[in-house]
Amino acid sequence: MTDLSHIRNFSIVAHIDHGKSTLADRLIQSTGTVQDREMKEQLLDSMDIERERGITIKAQTVRIDYVALNGEKYVLNLIDTPGHVDFAYEVSRSMRAVEGSLLVVDSTQGVEAQTLANVYQAIDADHEIVPVFNKIDLPASDVSRVAEQVEDVIGIDASGAIPVSAKTGQGIREVLEAIVHHLPAPQGDRDAPLKAMLVDSWYDPYLGVVVLVRIKDGVLKKNDRVRFMQNGTVHQVDRIGVFKPGMLPVDELGPGEIGFLTASIKQVRDTRVGDTITHEKKGADKPLPGFKPSIPVVFCGLFPVDSAEFEDLRDAIEKLALNDASFSYEMETSAALGFGFRCGFLGLLHLEVIRDRIEREYDIELITTAPSVVYHLYMRDGEMRELHNPADMPDLTHVDHIEEPRIKATILVPDEFLGDVLKLCQDRRGIQLELTYAGSRPLVVYDLPLNEVVFDFYDRLKSVTKGYASFDYQMIGYREDNLVKMSILVNDEPVDALSMMVHRDRAEMRGRAMCEKLKDLIPRHMFKIPIQAAIGGKVIARETLSALRKDVTAKCYGGDATRKRKLLDKQKAGKKKMRQFGKVDIPQEAFISALKMDS
Amino acid sequence: MPETWQEGGFGLYVHWPFCQSKCPYCDFNSHVVERVDQRAWADALSAEVARHAAETPGRVLGSIYFGGGTPSLMTEHTVAAVLAAADQGWTLANDVEITLEANPSSVEADRFAGYRAAGVNRVSLGVQALRDPDLRKLGRLHDTAAARRAIEVAQETFGRVSIDLIYARQDQSEEDWAAELDEALSLGLDHYALYQLTIEPGTAFGDRFARGRLPDLPDEDRSFRLWETTQEMCSAAGAPGYEISNHARPGQESRHNRIYWASGDWVGVGPGAHGRLTLDGTRIATEGIRAPGAWLASVRERGHGDSTRETLSARETRDELVLMGLRTRDGIDLDRVARAAPDEPELALDAMKAAGLVEIEGRTLRATEAGRVLLNSVIAEILPD
Repeated sequence: MTDLSHIRNFSIVAHIDHGKSTLADRLIQSTGTVQDREMKEQLLDSMDIERERGITIKAQTVRIDYVALNGEKYVLNLIDTPGHVDFAYEVSRSMRAVEGSLLVVDSTQGVEAQTLANVYQAIDADHEIVPVFNKIDLPASDVSRVAEQVEDVIGIDASGAIPVSAKTGQGIREVLEAIVHHLPAPQGDRDAPLKAMLVDSWYDPYLGVVVLVRIKDGVLKKNDRVRFMQNGTVHQVDRIGVFKPGMLPVDELGPGEIGFLTASIKQVRDTRVGDTITHEKKGADKPLPGFKPSIPVVFCGLFPVDSAEFEDLRDAIEKLALNDASFSYEMETSAALGFGFRCGFLGLLHLEVIRDRIEREYDIELITTAPSVVYHLYMRDGEMRELHNPADMPDLTHVDHIEEPRIKATILVPDEFLGDVLKLCQDRRGIQLELTYAGSRPLVVYDLPLNEVVFDFYDRLKSVTKGYASFDYQMIGYREDNLVKMSILVNDEPVDALSMMVHRDRAEMRGRAMCEKLKDLIPRHMFKIPIQAAIGGKVIARETLSALRKDVTAKCYGGDATRKRKLLDKQKAGKKKMRQFGKVDIPQEAFISALKMDS
Repeated sequence: MPETWQEGGFGLYVHWPFCQSKCPYCDFNSHVVERVDQRAWADALSAEVARHAAETPGRVLGSIYFGGGTPSLMTEHTVAAVLAAADQGWTLANDVEITLEANPSSVEADRFAGYRAAGVNRVSLGVQALRDPDLRKLGRLHDTAAARRAIEVAQETFGRVSIDLIYARQDQSEEDWAAELDEALSLGLDHYALYQLTIEPGTAFGDRFARGRLPDLPDEDRSFRLWETTQEMCSAAGAPGYEISNHARPGQESRHNRIYWASGDWVGVGPGAHGRLTLDGTRIATEGIRAPGAWLASVRERGHGDSTRETLSARETRDELVLMGLRTRDGIDLDRVARAAPDEPELALDAMKAAGLVEIEGRTLRATEAGRVLLNSVIAEILPD
């Protein structure tokens, strides 16, 4: 137990690639929290996918013991937060568990969209903020320009900013001192009834559910019987401890401290993030203010390539859901793809991460159908229905109107690409809300339909700006528009997995683009194949894939028989990976690629 | 009932793995070396012939084929030694066909008489093109004039002469090819092997193609029309196609290659050579060690040059029967297909028959002309999973 005045709780906010994980590594390493031989890059990113993509997905925590220059010993608790917009919700709740933030800005790049989004969350959480300008070892580093930007755009004082190189370790000691002297100590009352905030929880195969808590008041001890106030459930605490960053048992956790508990809880779903934990007896009367639950905004179907793997897929999805309450799923049957699951995600990155994990950790090849957002269908009888899958679109005569989710997108872009970005937003049915300057760079705010963004907006944005734009968004609600379901027919058979909701004015263009794409993606068959886009019974676009004309090996003698036979087996195996629609084989990549737009 | 291989015949394939230079399109097992110990190779090839003869006693050998590489780099003594070993190991058929692949250069034409004396009675000349710039692009060391002279000498020396030509080359129009093929057909040879250029991975062309440095190859539609033109012209000239790429005057078809297409038995001797032998009712696939030096050492030290020797399953045997047999005008005997794999599901013929891509006459299954040009897809459809 450490005295409140010697505890500092903080998080690090940064745009992706600005060096947040490297800075965390350096803080951990320089204080001897981890031995050099145990040190690996991006220490806090425990999943392979996190390390590979250089992103943090789950919040991670580490307790750092630091002896300051004044000779006093401090406990510094770092909660490392995800940088990506899909996981903004995790950021906001982590912020509520700490009192201060390091704002890391790449001094060669300056302020970016995610810097803004995350720093505003820190400001909302009443944090003290210490700016840290990273990458000063690089020649392109311009600390004074970045300081100006931070003051102009974010509006916080940058005079105390610390120039560092997380790579070389320069400035790390100054950062640690700033945490001690500039960030506030937590407040709390050791003698008051226990109030612990449930910050996060995840499943550990050996321990069951591990609950990350921040103690506000009171003291938590091993074997305590505790009540989860919102859930109303009671558990006996098996274990308490802190992360260094491995789990280290402790006897008690007092006010201001961050640590974990386990209590033989089986599912992550049994714990509610934002809940307040108190003692069963003599507990607190009022819970801490909670968090809003996160809700999935993007849905798609996941089907096993090999239909025999459906049960394996169910098993994989259930295991992943154990650890990720923000991911939803229900069984889905598709005429073309067989049995699978309709799954809901926080965003596209979340979708990709889950999909990659199923493919990699469970070794199941997947077909992913077109991502869709949740539409609100207002029926003529006054009922409102949610539509998660275009294939479930009811007969239009029963529908009064359709509303779609809209977002507010914030984009920072170098001047030279501004025109392209405005055109992209305009093409995606955007409404301009703001066009201002963040320092010398335009800052564009658009109201956009989420369905125009989910698929490839971010890819297109990166490509039209050569990677120089930064982007963030938040949901702003639902609005009515002229939306229709577009079906795709291949060889006159509707392919349900390719049907999509589109704006009526853009239907012809999307339909044409889809048909052209599919024409390239579907291999030639021994017969010609019409590919059509239709709204209701009306064909709005059509292409014809001509028949295969020549497909024969020129030379085949005694030495070729073995090779030819093996090639044929391979070809057959490849064909199994395609899906048959009537007589047509469609390769699985067609389901994703066909939807990527070029404009 | 005869063993099924006997319907396809019995032959010997001898692989000579050396070339003067490597052609950019060639993915055969060929190597360029400074010097070859002809005596050592003659001994090793003969020893392998004897080894295989010992496990196939009493058979009558219908064909011998020297392929490569460039077998016309063998001395006549080497050829004679291998033929003597074959004669010793088996009974040679009265009408045995003995073919040797040769480069159409003047140097090699000088050796033709020696090969003839050793017993070679058919030659297959790698002419490849009758246009000098294209010969250079294909990496060939001869020119058209030399090829024409070599053809003349071959016609005088051997009873039967075949030439190879490669078409569907870079920038080749239908008119260009028709004119070139017309010249070839007017040579009045009895056999033409006409291959569409295929870009194989692991070759110089394959590498260039992957880097986008092999432009203007015909697309699928043009390559179809080139194929069609070829069929029409050869038929009109009295040398119709009897296999995807092979054309002959009636009776002049390659007997040796028919063994492959009809799933007969053949002994494969030399580096990388494949063989198929039916021994005690079991079909065995053999393959020689590919690297020439390693093969030679293995024959000397271990008494054989095989890298693999494996038993083919009934299904594999049946699949080979179908995928090789449908390449020919003669087609395949469905009863033989059924006998090869009695417990396997039957061929799925209905859809391909309805599409006019295969036809059945009596118990003979054939690819139609429309089916032959799509044969890879047709075979994938009819062979059950």
